[in-house]
Amino acid sequence: MLILGIESSCDETAAAVVRDGSEVLSNVVSSQIALHADYGGVVPELAAREHSRNVGPVVERALRQSGTAAGDLDAVAVTSRPGLIPCLLVGLNYGKGMALAGGLPLLAVNHFTAHVYSCLLEHPDVLRQSENFPLLALVVSGGHTSLLLVEADGRAEVVGRTIDDAAGEAFDKGAKILGLGYPGGPLIERAAAGGDGEKFRFPRGLTGGGGKPVRPEDRFNFSFSGVKTALLYRVRELAEPPTGEQLSDLAASYQEAIVEVLARKTLAAAQKYRVPTVLVSGGVACNRALRERLQASVEAPDRRLLLASPTYCTDNAAMVAGIAFHDLRHGLLAGLATDAAARLETRLKPVSFAPHFRGNRAPVGAPPYLLPLPAG
Amino acid sequence: MSTASLVVTTNSEAETVRLATRLAEVLRDGDTVGLQGDLGVGKTVLAKALAARLGVEEPVTSPTFGLVMEYRRSEHSRLCHLDMYRLENAEQALAFGVEECLFAPDAITLVEWPERIEPLLQPALRKGDEKLLYIIMEHGGGDRRRIVLPEHWAKRFAEFACINQTGIY
Repeated sequence: MLILGIESSCDETAAAVVRDGSEVLSNVVSSQIALHADYGGVVPELAAREHSRNVGPVVERALRQSGTAAGDLDAVAVTSRPGLIPCLLVGLNYGKGMALAGGLPLLAVNHFTAHVYSCLLEHPDVLRQSENFPLLALVVSGGHTSLLLVEADGRAEVVGRTIDDAAGEAFDKGAKILGLGYPGGPLIERAAAGGDGEKFRFPRGLTGGGGKPVRPEDRFNFSFSGVKTALLYRVRELAEPPTGEQLSDLAASYQEAIVEVLARKTLAAAQKYRVPTVLVSGGVACNRALRERLQASVEAPDRRLLLASPTYCTDNAAMVAGIAFHDLRHGLLAGLATDAAARLETRLKPVSFAPHFRGNRAPVGAPPYLLPLPAG
Repeated sequence: MSTASLVVTTNSEAETVRLATRLAEVLRDGDTVGLQGDLGVGKTVLAKALAARLGVEEPVTSPTFGLVMEYRRSEHSRLCHLDMYRLENAEQALAFGVEECLFAPDAITLVEWPERIEPLLQPALRKGDEKLLYIIMEHGGGDRRRIVLPEHWAKRFAEFACINQTGIY
């Protein structure tokens, strides 16, 4: 089954063609970082205008690169939530248009669970055996810092989340405080190279450090607003803006504080829920220090760690087309009335890629999809 | 800003939270609260405490990424939590539908970085509109914060006898 995926929830317009949930035939991302760099972040109306300009050419290129004609597609999948509404609507409406024109099923994808799936694009074998479940997924980006537990029957529960800033936001704001620019993650990583991560001891939120006890419900939750404030105070104490070695040490210590908390909490949750598989994705998962720390601490003989490739960490449409395949084979189609939503629903629906997923209920009049997983 | 102000100093995050619980008592639907202050001064801390006190049961997180976070606080009332940090001007906020939140009769609206959309708040600021509670937060060294409240809210505060020049009760 050939699915075209479209993604426009934030600052990337992306389109991809994926066969059977994992064979990526094309993956096109039109990066808008340069445009937004002047503003220190994504400006939604501006971004929506750019998406409108990009979406047609990006979809065309994705089809061409995959050697697929629009008529060969079996379905169109679009990110419908969560994200910036004006941006989401561009992709969603374009996808509806294509589905309507081609008489194709439309699939509405949750951007958050698509990020989880980005690890599985390259490791579809995980889905064939229920022994690999439950999965623990760390999704860490500009908008999310969450730990998701996924059972073999698809039930998905957020077991940890940020109570204030997302880790990517902490990188962005930290970079701003250090005078580095946008986007913060890669700039802090670069500035941190060669720096001493132990030079400054920044607070580790919700870990019990600094004498503040952690409430049981916060055991797997994150807090990154304290580390940002601590960096601000440290920089303010300086006579002039940091440069050279001092800048490197500050960036390295700040990165260390964020990385350590992410790795520690992920390991603690993996142990508590006894998961055989840990997935890590989202833009911050590109950070090399985080990847190395997770490999050193979370990976174990009885625990597999799957880090999404950097290509699939940042926003992309391959993860959208990939996860949508499972909705398609279970007949979970979206209607043309599907709306965009800004926020992640409090209670997530079961995910259809899980091996024992049996569906919520058969949609009325849906074709008898229920296709088997491709052999491999 | 209006002519005179009430200044409250808090010495810890806990005290800022306590101030928020007091402020929450005097807020009504239709009110918009501006929270101006530097990165790390505790705007989100104050906003979270206000939200919790105003009946929001879900976790309230930074709206920087999503710009507008909307919560139900009762069947008939919303809490809108806005963060204008990433915006350049008021036009961008209008393009995003910010007027569905500001002074909406069925909502209490909290705006972080309100200075980014000053033209939209200016008329209310100028006439000392009672629906706008414009709060300025300043770093006061360490955990201390200087929190400036508009004088024209003294009447509302007095109704509850909870906040005056010397602090919070």
